[in-house]
Amino acid sequence: MNASSIPWLTLLTAIPLVGGILILGSHLPDGQRPRRFGLLFHALSLGVLALIFTQFDPAVGSMQMVERWPWIPSLGTEYHLGIDGLGLLMLALSCIVLMAATAFSRRDIPSGRIYHGLLLLLQAGLHGAFTAQNFIHWFFYYELSLIPAYFLVKLWGGPKRGVAARTFFLYTMAGSAAMLLGFLATYAATGSFDFAELAQRGKGFDGGLAAIYNVRLGLPELSTRALGLLIFFAIFLGFAVKIPVWPFQSWLPLTYSEAPAPVAMVLTGALSKLGVYGLLRIVLPIFPEQVWQTQDLLLCLALASIVFSAVAALAQTDVRRMLGHLSISHLGYCVLAVVCASRITPLDGNWEVEKQAALTGAMLQMFNHGVIAALLFGLAGWMEERVGKPLEMGSMGGLRQKAPVFAGIMGLAVFASMGLPGLSGFVGEFLIFKGVFALVPWAACLATLGLLGVALFLLNYLRTTWHGALSGDSTRFADLTVRERAWVTPMVALILLLGVHPQLALKWLNAAAVLLTERIAI
Amino acid sequence: MVARAVLPEICTAFLALLVLTVDLAWLTTWSESARKTLLCVVCTLALGIAWILLDRNWEPVAIPTLGWMASPGVTCLKGLIAALTLGSLWLSRESSFTKHVGEYFALTLLAAVGAMILCSTQHLILAFTGLELLSLSLYVLTAFHKDRALSAEAGLKYFLFGGVSAATMLYGFSLLHGATGELLLPKVAMKLAAGPVEPIAVMGVLFASAGFAFKISAAPFHLWTPDAYQGATPGSAAFIASVSKLASFALLAQVTWVGWNPAGVAGNASLGSAKPGWIAFFAFAATASIVIGNLAALAQSGFRRFIAYSGVAHAGYMLVGLIANTQDAAYSVLYYAVTYAIGSLGLIAMSAILENRRGSDAISGFAGWMRESRFLAVCLMVFLLSQAGIPPLAGFFAKFYVFSAALKSHGAPHGVFWLVAASLVASCVALYYYLRIVRAAFEARDLAEAGQAPGMPALWITRAWIGACALLLVWWGCFPDKLLSLLRGS
Repeated sequence: MNASSIPWLTLLTAIPLVGGILILGSHLPDGQRPRRFGLLFHALSLGVLALIFTQFDPAVGSMQMVERWPWIPSLGTEYHLGIDGLGLLMLALSCIVLMAATAFSRRDIPSGRIYHGLLLLLQAGLHGAFTAQNFIHWFFYYELSLIPAYFLVKLWGGPKRGVAARTFFLYTMAGSAAMLLGFLATYAATGSFDFAELAQRGKGFDGGLAAIYNVRLGLPELSTRALGLLIFFAIFLGFAVKIPVWPFQSWLPLTYSEAPAPVAMVLTGALSKLGVYGLLRIVLPIFPEQVWQTQDLLLCLALASIVFSAVAALAQTDVRRMLGHLSISHLGYCVLAVVCASRITPLDGNWEVEKQAALTGAMLQMFNHGVIAALLFGLAGWMEERVGKPLEMGSMGGLRQKAPVFAGIMGLAVFASMGLPGLSGFVGEFLIFKGVFALVPWAACLATLGLLGVALFLLNYLRTTWHGALSGDSTRFADLTVRERAWVTPMVALILLLGVHPQLALKWLNAAAVLLTERIAI
Repeated sequence: MVARAVLPEICTAFLALLVLTVDLAWLTTWSESARKTLLCVVCTLALGIAWILLDRNWEPVAIPTLGWMASPGVTCLKGLIAALTLGSLWLSRESSFTKHVGEYFALTLLAAVGAMILCSTQHLILAFTGLELLSLSLYVLTAFHKDRALSAEAGLKYFLFGGVSAATMLYGFSLLHGATGELLLPKVAMKLAAGPVEPIAVMGVLFASAGFAFKISAAPFHLWTPDAYQGATPGSAAFIASVSKLASFALLAQVTWVGWNPAGVAGNASLGSAKPGWIAFFAFAATASIVIGNLAALAQSGFRRFIAYSGVAHAGYMLVGLIANTQDAAYSVLYYAVTYAIGSLGLIAMSAILENRRGSDAISGFAGWMRESRFLAVCLMVFLLSQAGIPPLAGFFAKFYVFSAALKSHGAPHGVFWLVAASLVASCVALYYYLRIVRAAFEARDLAEAGQAPGMPALWITRAWIGACALLLVWWGCFPDKLLSLLRGS
């Protein structure tokens, strides 16, 4: 059996799935062992991922490692898996973040067996969704990732976990329901759930999906354009809630502050990427015309996410809520880039390079933001563990004197998050601004306000909590242990490495971005 | 050839008489549980052997004078009904309630015969006879636990509501017969399609629809449901929730698709241009069921009443598919009904175990379930999530097929788009209350903390049925085409 005949992508989904079921069904007592088993399965996934990296050809932009079998003929659905560079990086991100979240989890977590089992199931959901090439498959795993997340927040969260889990769940489900409705309508009109096939039909101004909807669905009350936009918005809503985009973001600060810190790492580091990934893989290729028609509105939503969240973060006293707003703001840049890249330019010159820059930037930003935000939430979790209560701005000060290494790592993560050149956060944002400025200058100008706000509150956070005189509860604050340093090292290394040598990640993305640009061009 | 078409009914009816005779002749001195066990074994063996011997590889048979349709697909449906009946019979062993075991078994089997007739018939009188055979047996079965006031109350309520609705339905059928002069559904359809439809025919259709709405417990005709589910013994409740609902939907799909297809009686439910007819009626009933069922389920503290109200909501979803009025939609409704029936059987079995363990069916009793039996907790999760429509369980594809069939019915724009959207929103609400129970079961709370002592474990055979139901839901969820092709008989 040679390497190409092994179903690698199925394997990558099956490992956490099987691992999760095994741990959930086992009789492991609380303590170290469930965590070790979890780490073992995450390490296995990483191993398989490394093998996938060796087989992947970065020069090809289309789907690779494709697996295709008949599955549900009555719905015209196949078991169809494949990844391009974007999918590959997302798989890598989910492996890294989930591994880190498991490592950052408390050793004495109650019912550790269920906790780590659910984390593994969550990973299976992510892997399944990132490799899916048709909607049914995607939706299977999209929902599968939601249920463990709900339970992780609900059962291990902070004092207001009930409200947090419920809000998170209802928002996401409402989004999912809208998305399902949109795809049902699309299926009713086209008879297909396959992303590539739908993208093919979505092309073209006079044809396009809207025309098909109008002929097949027969809603005489609506014009062709309105019907197309209605279905587009239904699908967009699902992703907008997941990312989240303003004004669908109100579930996020509460959920991120109530979830256990490692779960918040996964929510922001990996789960929120499902939303942006969906925009890139589903919305943009299938509905380029509708994105273009509503570009101004979508730009305003993206800008509102960027700016409003940065301003909201300024006003937070709870550190985790602040980090939550930071996440919204950063993912807003990705949405901004995606929307700008939809610009259709039949007459006034060739914007291919700028579009590619924006799209590559968005993809890279997804990866880098995942790593950085996960690190920030993980560190916040460790701080809470040391203090024994939720972190309030200003309740502590001068921690650097007690814990210099901790302060150094935190500083690095914060500066990477601000987008300081030399650290990984810079490259993605730079590419996004490069593309967006050329395509829609006013949007780029307004978006810089967000950068300013982010710098303001992050520096403020560093100043009050880590620098200055020792105060508050900080007198018994311990530095990072050897074990903790060991777990932090790979993420820090990744942030530094991608900062000085972004080509390491970019080389996987270029071909995919080029192909996507060609696809959405009319 | 013709015998083949009625063989399942004949076998089951014969078995009912056999069981009654055996019990009365030899078993009257035995203990209740021993009698039940023996009769369950007899029924299982008899139906199992009949199923194995049954030749299921033939062309569809029709007996035109009787309006009798039989095909391998229909036979599979009857096999499912027999299996669900067996499940509810085995479930009756979970509690002790009667000295008249033979009668209980015979009545259940006769009700199953009625249910099977409903799957095959296209004749209005035969359909009514089948429905009455099913209903009359069920009234008695509901009230079978004579020492319990709740049981008698439930039986009486069920009977009174049922009697009125049967009368309504029969009146509707007679109006329809008066308007068309026919009793066979295809001929009724022909007559209706031939000329202008008289208002009296529309009246007949509406009256009959109201009768059907009662049988499938769609709002606002659902008031008997919570009481019947709560008052009946687990076996009877499981039968009402699974077999009765499945068979009623099988008949309703036949009637609407074969008999009431012409536009004159079908009507239209699109907002703004609605026209009277069964589609408009069922659109109203579906909306009411979805809203009332989901909201009421949200407020329940008893598990059986909870199942009943969520069942009302499910009837609403199935009606959405029915309204689409296409062949595909009819099959999607059947798919939904089958998966719903299997899930309901499992849930009622759970409620029986819950009652035995905790002494009441309060939902709070699920706390710490995971600690006591991991198997049951996981199965409970499968049933609830399948009912909620979470992939990859069969309930997801049930909703999926129904909604996509409803959206696809573009040939005749009935305006069900808004109904599908409303259903999807409602299923989000539903998901919340299903998950509430799952959470309670999985919450890592000690028994001592929850204030409950570990109760008696469930019978192994009940566990086996529960496991089989859960497995089927997972299997048909991963490979939905398997069930669909079974029902299509291909």
